[in-house]
Amino acid sequence: MTTAQEQRGLHWFQALAGAAQQQPGLPASLRVADGELAGQAVRYLAVIADANNPFPRARNGEVGLLEGWGLAQAVDEAIEADRDNPHKRALIAIVDVPSQAYGRREEAYGIHQALAGAVDAYARARLAGHAVIGLLVGKSMSGAFLAHGYQANRLIALRDAGVMVHAMGKAAAARITLRSVDELEALAASVPPMAYDLDNYASLGLLADVLDVEQAAQPTAADLARVQDALGRALADIAASPRDLRNRLGAANRAASSQVREALRAQW
Amino acid sequence: MAEQNIARLLAQRSFTELGARGRARALLDAGSFRELLDPFARLMSPWLPKQGIVPQADDGVVVAKGLIDGQPAVVIAIEGAFQGGSLGEVGGAKIAGALELAAEDNRNGTPTRAVLLLETGGVRLQEANLGLAAIAEIQAAIVELRQYQPVIGLVAGPVGCFGGMSIAAGLCSYLLVTREARLGLNGPQVIEQEAGLDEYDSRDRPFIWSLTGGEQRHASGLVDGYVADDVDAIRSELHGLFAKGKPTQERSRRHAWFLQRLRAVDTAVQADAAAVRSAYQGA
Repeated sequence: MTTAQEQRGLHWFQALAGAAQQQPGLPASLRVADGELAGQAVRYLAVIADANNPFPRARNGEVGLLEGWGLAQAVDEAIEADRDNPHKRALIAIVDVPSQAYGRREEAYGIHQALAGAVDAYARARLAGHAVIGLLVGKSMSGAFLAHGYQANRLIALRDAGVMVHAMGKAAAARITLRSVDELEALAASVPPMAYDLDNYASLGLLADVLDVEQAAQPTAADLARVQDALGRALADIAASPRDLRNRLGAANRAASSQVREALRAQW
Repeated sequence: MAEQNIARLLAQRSFTELGARGRARALLDAGSFRELLDPFARLMSPWLPKQGIVPQADDGVVVAKGLIDGQPAVVIAIEGAFQGGSLGEVGGAKIAGALELAAEDNRNGTPTRAVLLLETGGVRLQEANLGLAAIAEIQAAIVELRQYQPVIGLVAGPVGCFGGMSIAAGLCSYLLVTREARLGLNGPQVIEQEAGLDEYDSRDRPFIWSLTGGEQRHASGLVDGYVADDVDAIRSELHGLFAKGKPTQERSRRHAWFLQRLRAVDTAVQADAAAVRSAYQGA
């Protein structure tokens, strides 16, 4: 059940953006279009599989050199276009990214810097007053998720076995931590931050909302309506909230993150 | 000449041989070092003992306030010797929290600047999603603080800087490396695991340094300074960059330039060091 074959990101992009025109001048692996949601201007962004990607290790929807810098361009263009507009368009990052691109070309040409470009743009957009929402419809993995979604004011996920947040695929994680995949899975079952499933991830307090849908891979009309409704509520919530990421703190499974900040402040 | 070289070498104090605490102390003005949440605060990983791993009383991150060239500063140093410098919940929150407070200082009129000593493999896989979440917050805080004061990253070695923290390095106002340093998103073992030995041989050290080593990163314009492994040289480089102030445009904002150069790359052939230097000439 690979999301690359399912093209979840593409399907949700098509459902949400409808007939809106694709922004020109971007890599073919990006889908970016402007629309309206709950009476507000929004820009939808998705990374999709591109079998003809000039970088061979980035053909299955991975976030690579062109995708990182391309997202930076697409977000930066929105910041520039709304510079003098008090109503900044919202940015909806549709997240279905199996991983960053793993390859020699990627390391050589500085994929870390390309992904920094995307993080930079999303973070600056948020600070400039654009509402940024990460909508998790498929895999949301590691560096790819950092570059596309993790800088959002709010993260919203579909409750579905194909929605998965993690730092590394199981096989590689097992090799790096010198464990077998079986051992890794056994540990993941008892240590929530190591788990690969969405309910454990939700227990960390990082998600603003989890939505039940009928078909996560290919949304029905009812699924679309439910997601649009949730996005609209998130936009209203963001408008009344600070622009930082403090809303992610507070879960019992993330208590140390708050304790450290309080203790640091006391000694600062 | 030879005698001069010998005298210079004898006067050098190695920076890479210092641990995280020693590094932070060496960069702050003499007598100004004050550590926050030191090991006696005993804020340790709540997740490692559950997996039979002994935690460390500072979770591998040293946060120290003090002065750099007479100005208020915070130095954040990752201890590469503990769990490969990997970031878990506590260490990650120490870094993010310190950067958030430095930004708050600036909003309140105190020009606190930050130095990040990056010696890290990225997310600590034993705390996977909490490490990843913390790194997103570190990145957010760098972008915020960078609006007011330069945030300077230094990769000295020997661990290097990988994973989500290499992206954080890419967000810094300025980035310094030594010859020992490596900077890259994916560690060699992970690339070999995911893409195969032909793509990336994790045992071939000269090959790995030729692509991701400090000298190559500097020659390709992906970092701002290439410094000797010497405390005084690094201090003086830091003072110079802070005196210079914020860059006109951070490297991570240059999507137009990088996309133009990448589109001209012949991706049908495998990459090597010379091709990258040539593609990024004038960076």
